[in-house]
Amino acid sequence: MIAKSLLALIRPKFLLVRRTDGSDQFLFNYRKVWLISFILLTVVCTVPVTFFLIVNSRLSHEAIQNENHLRTLRLTSNSRRTITYFLEERMDALKYIIQEEDFFNLSSDTGLSYILGNLKMGFGGFVDLGLIDNTGIQTSYTGPFNLQGKNYSRHEWFINCVERGSYISEVFLGYRQIPHLIIAAKSPVINGEFYILRATLDIKKFISIITSTEMVRKSDAFICNREGLLQTPSRYYGEILDKIDLPIPPFSSSSQVFQARDPDGDPVLIGYAYIENSPYIFMVVKKNREIMKGWYSLQKEMIWFFSISIVIVLFVILCISTFMVNKIYDADQSRLKAMERLEGSSRLISIGRLAAGVAHEINNPLSVINENAGLIKDMFMLKKEYQEDERLLELIDDVTESVTRCGEITKQLLGFARQFRPSIQAVNLKNTINATLSFFRKEAQYRNISITVDIPEDLPIIHSDYGSLQQVFFNLINNAFQAVSKDGAIEITASARKQKTVAVNISDTGCGISAEDQKKIFEPFFTTKSTEGGTGLGLSIIYGILQKLNGDISVRSKRGKGTTFTVILPIQFEGDIDGENTTCG
Amino acid sequence: MKILLVDDEKKFVSSLAERLTMRGIAADWTTTCEEALEKAPRPEYDIAILDVKMPHMSGIELKKEIEAKRPDMQFIFVTGHGSEESYKAGTREAASYIIKPFKIDLLIEKINELREK
Repeated sequence: MIAKSLLALIRPKFLLVRRTDGSDQFLFNYRKVWLISFILLTVVCTVPVTFFLIVNSRLSHEAIQNENHLRTLRLTSNSRRTITYFLEERMDALKYIIQEEDFFNLSSDTGLSYILGNLKMGFGGFVDLGLIDNTGIQTSYTGPFNLQGKNYSRHEWFINCVERGSYISEVFLGYRQIPHLIIAAKSPVINGEFYILRATLDIKKFISIITSTEMVRKSDAFICNREGLLQTPSRYYGEILDKIDLPIPPFSSSSQVFQARDPDGDPVLIGYAYIENSPYIFMVVKKNREIMKGWYSLQKEMIWFFSISIVIVLFVILCISTFMVNKIYDADQSRLKAMERLEGSSRLISIGRLAAGVAHEINNPLSVINENAGLIKDMFMLKKEYQEDERLLELIDDVTESVTRCGEITKQLLGFARQFRPSIQAVNLKNTINATLSFFRKEAQYRNISITVDIPEDLPIIHSDYGSLQQVFFNLINNAFQAVSKDGAIEITASARKQKTVAVNISDTGCGISAEDQKKIFEPFFTTKSTEGGTGLGLSIIYGILQKLNGDISVRSKRGKGTTFTVILPIQFEGDIDGENTTCG
Repeated sequence: MKILLVDDEKKFVSSLAERLTMRGIAADWTTTCEEALEKAPRPEYDIAILDVKMPHMSGIELKKEIEAKRPDMQFIFVTGHGSEESYKAGTREAASYIIKPFKIDLLIEKINELREK
């Protein structure tokens, strides 16, 4: 029910009209008007909104990205400082010990073990401590392994430390197969002699710094070396000493942020910093998808809201377009109807004129035949020999009778032609119907159709337009004739109703009209006889005429049984008809 | 007492005159208006039967001219043309208006009506 009324709101009427005869009765291209109005309104209404939606989305996207860029940069920078501090602090401790403790104390195991105990307590993270002389031999060691006397002279760290004075190693497994890193500091050179203090640092402490810097959840922070080997475990890219599958950024002395793609192809935001005096690169990786999650959900809501709004706007636009085009369509249709009616009546008027002309031309020769036949009969009557010749007299009577019949027909034609100017006069319905029926008598005989007229003698004389009524009855009887088949019947009855109106019923035993068609038969152009040249105007003209005459028409029909048209006419006509209101006797 | 028949259709008017004569109504006929105007003033005619539509002059005009010469003349119009205009004009101008073809008895009836007046 609701769907139907909604459909009626948006579906333009012209779509419902199907022309069976293929002719286009439209004055305008409604489809074009409708489409243009719909498209134009849609563009005007939706383009600015869509534009703003897109611009807003872009701006907010950019803002969030910038914000994240800055945040990542800050995080990277802070973490870098923390890590640098962590390493520097331990390195400084070693340097302090070298400065503070004398060689003797450091080279004694008890002294070294005491210092390691202090370091563990003061800083934490120290695992062992060893003293290496300038030849690379570890002269003393304290820690969980027995490494005293080990020669490091060819180790890379030793060479590096000798060169630079201090050294921080990458994370490695070493003899112990436990990931760890070492830091080493060189003592000042005195008389070409020096020694190196070397400490192993526990990686756990190192990792805890990184994880604590992971202030932003849903991101990954880790340290890798310059070849991309992980120095601390990563959430997404592997365990310690695995190679990360991310681009290694070029060296930069400050913290940097850049966009890249991770191994899955997802765009990621990477913040990184090279840790000074170490082989480490600190990296923070944030997946764009995670960063933009909030933005995406907001966008989703926006798009939902936008879509629903657009649907409503489109619906309203459809309604407006349909309403507008329907108005134009209705106006056109009524104009067209008026034009058709005018055309129809002017056609009838010219047929009437033609009929009158023909009738007049025929009347003169008819009167000659009439008088001459009459004269012949008169002459025969004078002579005895012919007086009793019944055959001759009969022949002459046939001639005069035929002339009388022809005269009747021409009189009717003249009368028919006279009717097209409407004027109110007293009308005897019985005579009017009989006169109209006279046009159909011959056809009724040929097709063996019985015509019954049952109109009471005391039916009131009504005041109406004779010509219009004749047109109404002519069309209705003509329709009845077209509906009935051979041996059918047509019945015409009339009765007065409440002394105010007269009802005339015209019934046939024809094919009937379906209930659906009954609703439409008075609409102009509705026809079931389009293939036989029906214009679909007859009943609409009748309807128009009866409206003018303050009358009415209704139909009752059953498919296959027959149809009854009931014409209601007022006995007294009140009002004006075409500006003329004459009542003549 | 005589009737003057005026109609451009000679075959019609002559036959009609003859038939009237047979029925004891003296009738004379002519097919032209000129002859009609010439004959009409004669006192023996008391009724003129005129065709409404004739060449040169319409029946209505002819009637007016005859009336000018014979004010007591009475008229019947006959016509093959049943237009509303000619009907209105005919009935206004003359006592009777008959549409062709008609039965002779109808005409005689009208003639008798006029004579009885």
